[in-house]
Amino acid sequence: MGCTVEVEVENDRVKEVSGYKCPRGKEWAIEEVISPKRVVMSVIKVKDGKLPTVSVKTDKPVPKDKIPELMKLLAKIEVKAPVEVGQVILEKPLNLDVKVVATRKVDSA
Amino acid sequence: MYDTIIIGGGPAGLAAAVKAKKLGLKVLLLDENEFLGGILPQCIHPGFGLHYFKEELTGPEFAHRFIREINELNIEHYTNAYVLEIENYSDLEKKVVFSSPEGVKEVWGKTIIYAAGARERHAFEIGIVGDRVAGIYTAGEAQTLMDIYGVMPGKEVVIVGSGDVGLIMARRFALEGAKVKAVIELMPYPGGLARNVMILRDFEIPLYLSHKVVEVRGRKRVEKVKVVKVDENLKEIPGSEFWIECDTLLISAGLIPNVKLLKKIGAQIDPLNGGPIVNEFLETTIPGIFVAGNALLINDLVDYVAEQGELAALGAKEFIENQGILSRKWIELKRGSNVRILAPHYISGERDVYIYARVSRPMENVRVTFPEIEKELRLPVVKPSEMLRIKLKAEEIQKAEEEITMEVGKGEV
Repeated sequence: MGCTVEVEVENDRVKEVSGYKCPRGKEWAIEEVISPKRVVMSVIKVKDGKLPTVSVKTDKPVPKDKIPELMKLLAKIEVKAPVEVGQVILEKPLNLDVKVVATRKVDSA
Repeated sequence: MYDTIIIGGGPAGLAAAVKAKKLGLKVLLLDENEFLGGILPQCIHPGFGLHYFKEELTGPEFAHRFIREINELNIEHYTNAYVLEIENYSDLEKKVVFSSPEGVKEVWGKTIIYAAGARERHAFEIGIVGDRVAGIYTAGEAQTLMDIYGVMPGKEVVIVGSGDVGLIMARRFALEGAKVKAVIELMPYPGGLARNVMILRDFEIPLYLSHKVVEVRGRKRVEKVKVVKVDENLKEIPGSEFWIECDTLLISAGLIPNVKLLKKIGAQIDPLNGGPIVNEFLETTIPGIFVAGNALLINDLVDYVAEQGELAALGAKEFIENQGILSRKWIELKRGSNVRILAPHYISGERDVYIYARVSRPMENVRVTFPEIEKELRLPVVKPSEMLRIKLKAEEIQKAEEEITMEVGKGEV
């Protein structure tokens, strides 16, 4: 599973990529070196729900350096039950081009 | 009388229930939790379903797809149902006794699919001594607290074990603002999938290979833990001790198939897998009782767990139609060098099978061979953390007389 890709960088520019087994691997490795991104997941508070939290994720990877700020934002917000899987909790948080969506269903208490 | 009673509502049980229902069986699903999904609802990270659904989902999303089908197909199920006893009266008569909020109930089935998952090894099993204070959790307990109930278990964490669960919890703690002071791994290599080992670099978490935690000190809560280096025989090296201050110790030291009820009724257990001995339909040595998921063997991908659930459902149908899993002969699948985990144990050669295996130690440039049937494949790398799933075709299996051995060795001849 997976492959080991080597990316050679010179003056912040990609010089050579080797070892990848598919185009996706090549693109991922370049991005990982130039501007690493991660999908962010957490839980946020739920009001009047059967469970006290709902799990959320960003629908796309977020630049790594923005993650601490995004986590702080997620810690502050609360949604009201019921929550459906896929429900958009936040649009473009911190002006990032992503949505924060619910990944768990939480019924009303 | 149900055609099949499925014990456990995690990914193996859910997949088995959906498949069995679609095959036309009368199904009952029992789960001890208050909600279906097993551990998936608390596994909020992405990485699930790449094989099964061909897209990347989080644990709760993966579970949701199956739970939606359970409801759409009107599959009868109980939650808060804790199975106390299985009794095997005859090949087509099995009783399951469970407690529920309405009292103790008895149900009868022709077959059982046992999908009760695994339990975590705890601190006492890995030789940690010292004060029994607050702040010691298994990784799964901490995950339940954080990701179901929204409670932060601690602020300065030492994690024992670099398997996937430990690494994923290292990320969860770090993301939520805790300081993960170290991950301590007994073996000389990390225990988790490569994509999870990357987490350590993401959050600059130190990994101590060939080290173990031996002692916990604290008054009311964990205050510090003692770490010691081990040699190649995993023996502690005197004089190598050091202390790490922390308020929380997280134990992520592996999973053990939950087979208590199967053992009680006499199913034979494979001591290396920890789960039962099974044939190609994942039937245990007790006719009509099938097993799937982490109760069979510890899987690394939920996709395989769901696949095993479906296979067990096919087995249940086959068993009911033919009054047993019939085969002209059973060929034994045997472990050769560097094979630690292996299932199924008996295959017939009447159909293609997937075999699941794990190696004992990492190796590069590898030849996997099955000498009796002259099958060979090459892999760039094998690791104990990555389960191998290999297809054996019916016509290949038929070449064997009594047994087939799986060998993992170096690639050069």
